[in-house]
Amino acid sequence: MKTARREAWTGRVLLIVLMAATLMPFLSLFVTALHPSGSYPLGLEWPDDPQWGNFATAFTAARMTELLKSSVLIVLGVVPISLVVATMAGFAIGHLRIPGRRVIFVAFLLGLTLPFEGIITPLYYLVRDMGVLNTRWAIILPLIGLFMPFSVFWMRAHFVNMPEELSESARIDGAGTWQLFWKVHVPLAAPATSSLAILLFLWTWNQFLLAIVLVDDPLQRTMSGALGAFQGQWGTDIPLLCAGSLLILTPTLLVFLIFQRRFVTALLQGSLKG
Amino acid sequence: MKAAVKRRSGSRWAGWLFVLPAAAFYVVFVIQPLAMTVQYSLYSWDGIGVATWNGVQNYLRVFTDPDLFAAILNAIKLIVFFSAVPVVLGLAIAATIRRIAASRLALVARTVIFLPQVIPLVAAGITWSWLLSSTGLVNQLLTYIGLEKITRAWLGEFSTALPAVGVIGAWVLLGLCTLLLLAGMSKIDPALYEAARLDGAGPLREFVSITLPSLRQEIGVCVTVTVVAALASFDIVYISTQGGPGNASMVPGLEIYYLAFSERQVGVASALAVVLTVLVIACALPIQWLTRDRSS
Repeated sequence: MKTARREAWTGRVLLIVLMAATLMPFLSLFVTALHPSGSYPLGLEWPDDPQWGNFATAFTAARMTELLKSSVLIVLGVVPISLVVATMAGFAIGHLRIPGRRVIFVAFLLGLTLPFEGIITPLYYLVRDMGVLNTRWAIILPLIGLFMPFSVFWMRAHFVNMPEELSESARIDGAGTWQLFWKVHVPLAAPATSSLAILLFLWTWNQFLLAIVLVDDPLQRTMSGALGAFQGQWGTDIPLLCAGSLLILTPTLLVFLIFQRRFVTALLQGSLKG
Repeated sequence: MKAAVKRRSGSRWAGWLFVLPAAAFYVVFVIQPLAMTVQYSLYSWDGIGVATWNGVQNYLRVFTDPDLFAAILNAIKLIVFFSAVPVVLGLAIAATIRRIAASRLALVARTVIFLPQVIPLVAAGITWSWLLSSTGLVNQLLTYIGLEKITRAWLGEFSTALPAVGVIGAWVLLGLCTLLLLAGMSKIDPALYEAARLDGAGPLREFVSITLPSLRQEIGVCVTVTVVAALASFDIVYISTQGGPGNASMVPGLEIYYLAFSERQVGVASALAVVLTVLVIACALPIQWLTRDRSS
């Protein structure tokens, strides 16, 4: 019994240390953001005269409203299309058991660990020839394709576990495959699709490589890509850079804190499956 | 009967219509560019003019040019930080907090240690560039505990830039690994531990004989995810060091970006891209295979 209590205490101490190590960087960012713009403060030092106005300055300098709008538009382009398309494919591969499903599934699996850098060069020329370079479509369209292996994999895993009888009875009631899909299976797939939506939202929002290569204008990029440009522009003004970084982080943090339980579960499952 | 079978198999083929849109996106934006990368890698091309056939010259350069090869080696070195540190530390932490995993503190901690996984890597890069700078928190802490002598601009010196980048990666990935392993541990039957206790096993023995073997699959996932993150690292390096100083922290992902879009050596960039892709798949597949849950 004594060992168990000692273990519990070590565990608690360790958890607190771990949380501190996770939060300390954010704290340093926050404290630094309050120093006078252009100064060179120490890493963790409360300013004599906190400059709350830095956040407002950074908000204007980073053009946050436009950035938010751009990221939201990109997410709205990627997530719904991916969900519909991947759910259909997952349904066909996992539930309809179409001929050749094994081959097509393995073909999708091959793309699962593909590093984006591996195809970024041709993507540039491809997107340019499609005439969408430097528009949000340059990020949206390739991302749908790049997320497709995981999305199909995820949805198939759901549909494989759907009982055959479900479809049998719907078919007896005269439903065609199309109705069967939309009326019966799409509503039942809601837990799988909503988790997938969370993951896709996060990956799109945080996408950096595609944003900096395929879109020049930071205002047409994802939040992450815009942050990169912001660093390039304000990199020497440390308090302002810290304030801007915190602002750009805030939307993700808010979404995370609101849906935290779902997020953690989805991400853990996501990596387990991937 | 025959007609029914026929109708059925017909509708099975019709199921392909459902796969078509997904396959189209995948083929156009992944398979096609992948094939184009392989094609580009065999040519000498500046991205504008006429491409000339170059055979395997670009590949030879990837393996003989010290700068390019160093980038590949750096990516492999990063595995120590991105993969070994989070997995080993994650195992130790998860094993220690296993018993209190359901407590209120642990639930709060679950959210907190997940934060690095949610924020953009770019933000992690900016934050840590500041922490590791000469006046940053890391040096401040070192001075505080009397290690003033070793303080430096961690990301700016040849010998420390790459490990410093590694520390950022370890910070990002530690929470994910810990939580994944903890989730795996919660699935282990507590009766196993009780039996071990009755047999007089200590915590270490328990860990080696019960925890580790049961976590095979979760460890496999952690190793795969983190190794891929190390080999294909881009965002963190781009933000924190740009590959510098000199070439000290250059990684293949960043090198591809520079070669293709600044130096206009599309052929060499593509050869490196092919090598990186093969390397990632060559690492990910065996780990997956070795740690796969044989029962499923």
